[in-house]
Amino acid sequence: MVDPLFVELSRWQFAATAMYHFLFVPLTLGLSWMLFMMESAYVLTNKEVYRDMTRFWGKLFGINFAVGVATGLTMEFEFGTNWAYYSHYVGDVFGAPLAIEGLMAFFLESTFIGLFFLGWDKLTKRQHLAVTFFTALGSNLSAMWILVANGWMQNPVGSAFSYQTMRMEMTSFSEVLFNPVAQVKFVHTVAAGYVTGAMFVLAISAWYILKGRDLGFAKRSFAIAAGFGMASVLSVIVLGDESGYTLGDVQKTKLAAIEAEYETHPAPAGLTLFTIPDEATMENRYSVKLPWALGVIATRSTTGEVTGIKDLIVLHEERIRSGIEAYDALQRLRAGERGDEITARFDLHKTDLGYGLLLKKYTASVVDATPEQISLAARDTIPPVTPLFITFRMMVLAGVVMFFLISASLYFTIRRTIEHQRWLLKALVWCLPLPWIACETGWFVAEFGRQPWAIGEVLPTFLATSSLTSGDLIFSLSGFITFYTVLLVIELFLMIKYIRLGPASLGTGRYHGESEHSAAAHAAG
Amino acid sequence: MILDYETLKFIWWILIGVLLIGFAIADGMDMGVGVLLPFLGKTDDERRVIINTVGPHWDGNQVWLITAGGAIFAAWPAVYAAAFSGFYMAMLLVLFALFFRPVGFDYRSKIDDTRWRNAWDWGLFVGGLVPALIFGVAFGNLLQGVPFHLDEFLRSHYQGSLLTALLPLLNPFALLAGIISLAMLTMHGAVWLQIRTEAPVADRARKVAILLGLLVIVAFAGAGLWVAYGIDGYRVVSQPPFDAPSNPLAKSVVSERGAWLSIYHTVPASIIAPVAGFAGIFLAVLLSAVRRPGLAFITSALGMAGIIATAGLSMFPFILPSSIDPNSSLTVWDAPSSHFTLTVMFWAVALLLPLVLSYTAWCYTRMWGKVTTATIRSDGGHSAY
Ligand code: HDD
Ligand code: HEM
Ligand code: HEM
Repeated sequence: MVDPLFVELSRWQFAATAMYHFLFVPLTLGLSWMLFMMESAYVLTNKEVYRDMTRFWGKLFGINFAVGVATGLTMEFEFGTNWAYYSHYVGDVFGAPLAIEGLMAFFLESTFIGLFFLGWDKLTKRQHLAVTFFTALGSNLSAMWILVANGWMQNPVGSAFSYQTMRMEMTSFSEVLFNPVAQVKFVHTVAAGYVTGAMFVLAISAWYILKGRDLGFAKRSFAIAAGFGMASVLSVIVLGDESGYTLGDVQKTKLAAIEAEYETHPAPAGLTLFTIPDEATMENRYSVKLPWALGVIATRSTTGEVTGIKDLIVLHEERIRSGIEAYDALQRLRAGERGDEITARFDLHKTDLGYGLLLKKYTASVVDATPEQISLAARDTIPPVTPLFITFRMMVLAGVVMFFLISASLYFTIRRTIEHQRWLLKALVWCLPLPWIACETGWFVAEFGRQPWAIGEVLPTFLATSSLTSGDLIFSLSGFITFYTVLLVIELFLMIKYIRLGPASLGTGRYHGESEHSAAAHAAG
Repeated sequence: MILDYETLKFIWWILIGVLLIGFAIADGMDMGVGVLLPFLGKTDDERRVIINTVGPHWDGNQVWLITAGGAIFAAWPAVYAAAFSGFYMAMLLVLFALFFRPVGFDYRSKIDDTRWRNAWDWGLFVGGLVPALIFGVAFGNLLQGVPFHLDEFLRSHYQGSLLTALLPLLNPFALLAGIISLAMLTMHGAVWLQIRTEAPVADRARKVAILLGLLVIVAFAGAGLWVAYGIDGYRVVSQPPFDAPSNPLAKSVVSERGAWLSIYHTVPASIIAPVAGFAGIFLAVLLSAVRRPGLAFITSALGMAGIIATAGLSMFPFILPSSIDPNSSLTVWDAPSSHFTLTVMFWAVALLLPLVLSYTAWCYTRMWGKVTTATIRSDGGHSAY
């Protein structure tokens, strides 16, 4: 039977390593394009300062990139090591985008990144610019393929279950690739990365401007980041993921949980700004609602209905009953029974097989499940509401704050008065963590909101694990925590050291504090 | 072009082999260089020279490993599932060791402090040594069979607790396989260093390459004898048609002495693999001795390809034999993905791999030339690690 502690530990380990990986990913995604812009400016204008900008921000990019690669390695193997049954059950579909990511994206980004750092003397200007471009393109392609994989977990299209091989098999590659959930996810996530890159450059440049050092360098960097940031923050807000929510049961459930919508309201539904959800009685206390907004956001119309949690549970009970039929038919097929009648019965119910599997948490013999067990399993299909409600609002709030900061930054850059807006510069420095908070809470919403499914409507999380023991997991989890903590401390130490040194770390002799620091900076490659 | 399922299953066995060999040739070289770093580099400048021979390329090379992992997931999901979780502790060791590489390369020269730099040098050493050793050990275990079985829903289970499973993993035969792998990757790195550095580093590398090459030859011959006389192989007795849907429980398998040599009787041409293994490594030793490292690199790559292919061929059609329930073993015919997925992935590789190879070659040619102390110091050291 399922060991709940072991499942918990597996989830904790995956969540910890994935969220850690995603501390580094968004900066790579955003900064790589900004490096390309800075270097393009250099190639077009021939001004040394743009070359210095590319190299200095490139150094910080490199410090971040190294840990991004180290933590990405974990992710690549973790499906096999910790989600072995998942890997068997969906590898036929899910493995393909992951492998193509390696071939198409990682090779590109990683082959050229070495030349970005070490090729300045060996390449012509244009060749080096091309190298920078391919690095950026590679990292963005990698985001695309991994989000195709992740989007399929949320909304598993283009595939069907085969009883002969006991797994999901791909039926249409283009459906998997053009999965609407994957597409909106890609746009939202890379835009989130761009915002992160922009906020990073804005905040650090603001700090230099506040200190009155390297003004020309800092203001030019600031201007590029403000422009790029404006486009990005608009995209991330306008192209939020909501449009994917009309598809599939899992996304509908997630939406209801994010919004703590227990009842189905007549369209258009209002958006709850504040409430205290009570999960036991399924009621909200002290709600503050914004009329119409949710309906418009979620269904892009004023007539579409947003299904409430209570109705979803009723619906899911039905699907579990049908899932029992599917499970029964599957067992017979596996035992060798053949004939039109049994295959017809299986085909009729097989899209609900996953719902039947939910019962495995409560009984070894799914076909004999009691009504209580069915209703427990149906209740499980709703992820915990409060954490989702809160984290979603944290992300949106962070987005709104960044929107105002970046708009103001752009406005005063255009007015050429940015160095006098000390309040704005200070606010930018203090708000540096916001994009990371938004990204991490965003992933929490996306992944926690998918529970109890590993693959939406197909494979419950608790069945997706490997056959390891809790002891194994405690060992590996503590190993990851130790290693990752040390890595993070070193990364932050170097990051802060080089931010403090500023462009003087390039040793060109043109920047703030060069006389005192130049010896140290010179030695530091 | 539509390829039938049986052919595609076979092609994918070759493609995974190509990716593993690509990994050994490309990233194995970086790992070998990492292992040699603390010993061949006596001064900081020498160590920076050594690091910078692979500096621009190690990251791209590492993607051979990542892609091999992804391709096994896509083409043989059952193998990815059973092997990666079955070798849990070994995988973690490899992973933890690999962490040292990206940070080691990128952070080492960011601070001018001897202790800091020494620490990362040993990090790069571990990052080369542990994976090179463990991958060999894993192959050694594959040849002996792995204690797992599949249940009716094709979930894999293992015998014993994995925390204690590391010790049996390190049995004498597996360790011998580990030594072959470690010695051959390190030798390959030493050959590379001869090409890209000058005396005295290049001279030290030459001696190491010769010694390690001889060790590989002896160990490889020893492993061959051991497989012939000391280890039971596996043989398929009956199985569904080759193009049937993948179902690992539908065949029957026996374990018997000498089964791993049967391919050399049924397909005599297979003997090319071990011959290439011996000849390639031997020529690499010889060419190093007469100071022709460029050619030595090619033959050493050939030798490694031969050795890896020997292991793969001997087991054919097995990928992951099970020692406790041979019928659960995974083979080339019953572990692959569906016909459709194999087709999609085949085209992905056919289109993308040539592209990868061509821009990789471009990058190597751009960065070509000896790395010397002078190159390290020019430009204030900004164009070097
Ligand atoms: C939206 C973007 C995104 C997401 C969701 C993920 N990654 Fe990632 N990954 C990247 C975006 C990225 C990147 C931007 O391409 C990285 C991050 C920083 C970096 O250095 O490259 C990277 C690096 C990176 C590497 C090292 C590649 C190299 O050597 O260049 C591997 C193996 C993975 N990732 C694998 C994964 C897996 C298996 C994930 C799923 C669980 C995953 N990543 C989530
Ligand atoms: C790097 C960005 C990502 C972050 C921050 C992230 C976050 C999370 C979190 C918080 C969980 C735990 C949910 C829970 O168990 O309560 C989780 C689980 C999981 N995520 Fe993600 N995720 C990321 C990317 C991905 C991607 C791209 C995939 C697949 C391609 C993926 C697959 C999974 C799987 C398999 C689990 C474990 C099973 C489960 O709990 O459902 N994640 N992730
Ligand atoms: C301000 C309005 C925003 C809205 C309405 C919004 C909406 C959403 C929604 C609904 C999800 C869940 C997706 C799912 O269920 O799969 C999500 C995920 C996410 N959000 Fe946001 N978001 C906003 C702002 C931001 C900002 C400012 C950032 C970061 C800078 C961000 C980063 C993310 C990330 C990384 C994810 C996880 C990946 C994904 O599922 O796409 N979001 N967002």
